[in-house]
Amino acid sequence: MSDVQKSDVQISDVKQADVLSAPLVVEFPFTRSTGPVIGAFLTGLRERVVLGIRGSDGRVLCPPAEYDPVTAEELHQLVALDGTGTVTTWAWNQHPRPYQPLDRPFAWALVRLDGADTALLHALDAPPPDSGDPRAVRTGLRVTVRWAEQRTGAITDIACFEPLPTTTAEEGQA
Amino acid sequence: MTSIQGAEAGAEAGQGSRRDVAVVAFAQTVHRRSTDRLSEVELVLPVLQDVLKQTGLTTDRIGFTCSGSSDYLAGRAFSFTMALDGVGAWPPISESHVEMDGAWALYEAWVKLRTGQADTALVYSYGKSSPGSVRDVLTRQLDPYTLAPLWPDAIALAALQTQAAIDAGLTDERALAATAVRSRRAAEANPHAQLRGSADVGELLEQPYEVRPLRRHDCPPVSDGAVAVILAVGDTARALHPRPAWIRGIDHRIEAHQPGVRDLTDSPSTRLAAARAGAFDAPVDTAELHAPFSVQELILRRALGLSDATEVNPSGGALAANPVMAAGLIRIGEAAARIHRGESRRALAHATSGPCLQQNLVAVLEGEQS
Amino acid sequence: MNAAELLATVPALAGAEPVTRVTIPARLDYTYSPGSAQTRFLKALTEQRLLGERCPSCTRVYIPARGVCPTCGIVTNEQIELPHIGTVTTFCIVNIAAKGLDVEVPYCYAYVLLDGAHVGLHARIGGIPHDQVHVGQRVEPVWREPAARSDQPSLAAISHFRPTGDPDADPESYRRWM
Repeated sequence: MSDVQKSDVQISDVKQADVLSAPLVVEFPFTRSTGPVIGAFLTGLRERVVLGIRGSDGRVLCPPAEYDPVTAEELHQLVALDGTGTVTTWAWNQHPRPYQPLDRPFAWALVRLDGADTALLHALDAPPPDSGDPRAVRTGLRVTVRWAEQRTGAITDIACFEPLPTTTAEEGQA
Repeated sequence: MTSIQGAEAGAEAGQGSRRDVAVVAFAQTVHRRSTDRLSEVELVLPVLQDVLKQTGLTTDRIGFTCSGSSDYLAGRAFSFTMALDGVGAWPPISESHVEMDGAWALYEAWVKLRTGQADTALVYSYGKSSPGSVRDVLTRQLDPYTLAPLWPDAIALAALQTQAAIDAGLTDERALAATAVRSRRAAEANPHAQLRGSADVGELLEQPYEVRPLRRHDCPPVSDGAVAVILAVGDTARALHPRPAWIRGIDHRIEAHQPGVRDLTDSPSTRLAAARAGAFDAPVDTAELHAPFSVQELILRRALGLSDATEVNPSGGALAANPVMAAGLIRIGEAAARIHRGESRRALAHATSGPCLQQNLVAVLEGEQS
Repeated sequence: MNAAELLATVPALAGAEPVTRVTIPARLDYTYSPGSAQTRFLKALTEQRLLGERCPSCTRVYIPARGVCPTCGIVTNEQIELPHIGTVTTFCIVNIAAKGLDVEVPYCYAYVLLDGAHVGLHARIGGIPHDQVHVGQRVEPVWREPAARSDQPSLAAISHFRPTGDPDADPESYRRWM
């Protein structure tokens, strides 16, 4: 323990005149190949269709995977899904950060689309009835895709999810 | 040339499979919110010198050197090469680096020692989060097609995991706050911790949400810090420390990357790594768990089947200091230090990597059997 | 199966032009600090001083100093002010303009071993036709105006090195430090 404290002394010894600092910006302008499955998924988003893919155990994965998460075999069987689904977990983001999907408070949500067995991460635009209270959001909430006006073949072609107007009976199912 | 030399390693390897590996030294910095006065090598050098001094070794007597760090924290490609200045890499040394927590660097070193390629290893790692915004930087580790473009930050992902655990009835905000309080009060005895002490649960629950259901106390502090460990085999270890912390087993496992594919309330990769490391063969008296977010301690406790008889995170854990890329290796170091001090006979150390406990490493350490 | 073949299996997407690439720019903002040792070096440059550090063990002198001897792995804290003269130990002629670098091509990029140092300083060589630059040539720094130096301390405080006209250095004086 005494040795460790000695190292602390060395650190403080280095504290002399004020050190310099400068802004440093790192940009990642890379263009990535999508491969066939992710390419098909992003093509679908551009055309307002959400695609899943059927795994070896019959489960439908969305977002789709190129290879089966259990057996690692190549997957081919695309499944077109409706853009509606159910929130499986959520988190209220009162203070959106730069580049996030919405610039006003929103919920992060994992959404299991109808017909899929896994969940997709995205933003959920559920303006609270009174400011700051995310009472409108809960696990089990029924939601639907809100498409971006400009779509280029990217996950951001889904602008966000929004609550699905439902009857009380449908709420019960969720 | 003494017996503690790389040249001797081959001979000892030839004796058979029994090359027990032990942690014989551990040092860490006092972790701070910012160390802008220190370059990376200036941050790392004191802990390197500390472990060398503890063992009496010099850099030319280290058989293998392995480090862990992330260029994304520094914002500079190949930033780790500058930290190499601290190990005196001349004449050329046997060296490797992982772009991961230092716990995985330790794993690589353990393999080197087990397979007879060296008798001693220096393992270090460091994280200087202060130059950037670490919660945003970590978004760059996510799937580049479906996740990274949305910039879901580290706290948001942990919040999704926490809500899933609350929905499953495993915990609630009060219980999570109690975890934070216990961790940071334990850290009062840890001079290296960044957050030492805590307000009461009631007071914490009055604070605003960071990303609901997480409040600031559920999240780790942003830390700069470094850690170093020395490993040695067999009699070399016994010569370097009167009470070596023997690594009885170590394993790491990874789960699928997409959070929507996993059950976020469980950690099957931790459970499997623990089984492979022999963690369930006998009870452990101490567990150092790398749980940066309060809910993750609960998930890990359940995955490891820890009872109240096990003391969890006596150091305060990652909730008290979380130098990214170092916090996992620190857990191994803290567990080993308990054995060195005679405070533990059998300890478990855990490290994690990736969002929501995606990848997990478990090591089981023991003191000398009497 | 390629993307088009996969898409053909989905009626709603048959014939759609497949996405094969995606460009999603990202940017991270940092505040970089060079630490204490490099700060000392950079601040000295603004005062037209060349500050190195000597290792207490192997006695080598490093510039720029990083606070550590990379050979011995120990702290270097003895400051050494180096003379404004050195020797070209290697060089090349750069014909490719680097993005963001305000230098006209072609230019001569070299290592200059300052007298008393044991590691070459990165530098440009100017004031001489490129085909007359050679290893062993004696050179001296040409400093920028003080205002340009102190605005943002950096190695750019030295505009370039130029020949002194002295006879070439004895190869034995730099052979080990090329």
